[in-house]
Amino acid sequence: MKPVFKRPKSLYDVPFHYCPGCHHGIAHRLIAEAIDALGIQERVVAVASIGCSVFLYDYFAVDVLEAPHGRAPAVGTGIKRARPESIVFTYQGDGDLAAIGLAETIHAANRGEQLAVFFINNTIYGMTGGQMAPTTLPGQKTTTTPLGRRVIGEGAPLKMAEMIAALKPPAFVARVAVNNSKSIFQAKKAVQQAFRIQVEGKGYAFVEFLSACPTNWKMTPCEANRHVSEALIPEFPLGIFKGDL
Amino acid sequence: MPKLVLYKDRCKGCALCTLACPKHLLEISTEINRQGYYVISLAAPGKCNGCGLCAEMCPDMAIEVWR
Repeated sequence: MKPVFKRPKSLYDVPFHYCPGCHHGIAHRLIAEAIDALGIQERVVAVASIGCSVFLYDYFAVDVLEAPHGRAPAVGTGIKRARPESIVFTYQGDGDLAAIGLAETIHAANRGEQLAVFFINNTIYGMTGGQMAPTTLPGQKTTTTPLGRRVIGEGAPLKMAEMIAALKPPAFVARVAVNNSKSIFQAKKAVQQAFRIQVEGKGYAFVEFLSACPTNWKMTPCEANRHVSEALIPEFPLGIFKGDL
Repeated sequence: MPKLVLYKDRCKGCALCTLACPKHLLEISTEINRQGYYVISLAAPGKCNGCGLCAEMCPDMAIEVWR
């Protein structure tokens, strides 16, 4: 008998602390599978952000640094410049990458740093208890927008993948989802491509994951999964905005 | 015959695997695990063809598939 599915080598055999139905677990696994597939585990340095994914170092069997809130691309830049042989990726949520770390994110992309940036967009602040994020959908109720987000006043959702793709230096920009098997297979390809681009020294890669947050959306995991396809994907269209697979 | 290994202590009962299974063979059982969640079970092991889609979907890697 051959394994059809086994835990990737680059993930420690420990349970995740994430809520039931959270898509972080799937995103972690896809990244670990890509690291295994390219055989770069020894060279990878991950940069964790602040948010639910702050405990990244407990899960990935690679070197991990914890960056101050939003500063993962800046820390990643330093690592890559000091140790050019390493493969650096950052893993950030929307509160981290699109709010406090927006300047670092855009400038690292605009400098074409040799980084793979994985952006987990769940349209809400997860760890702090469900406040409005820059990516919150219009009309979405959060603890800081109890009547729903108004576009005039609180702003429209920031479309990070499109913004990064508008810059000249990034080599690969994609938006993927992990809410069904088909999306997961496409996400897997995009993640592998993001790492391959860095292995080949081609530059900056950005992959945005649309992710569910059942706890803060106040939904069951299955409802939240459906919400990704019914509400998130129409607002944040999936696809490859720059480069190709 | 394909083999589905369910790590029940890892399961959080989110039921995303039940959406992923093309044959709808997985369901939430009445068994409670150490974490306090109702865990999944395979309704008809003989009908599983080991496609592995449930394991691809599981956020907690509670399923391993052999074929």
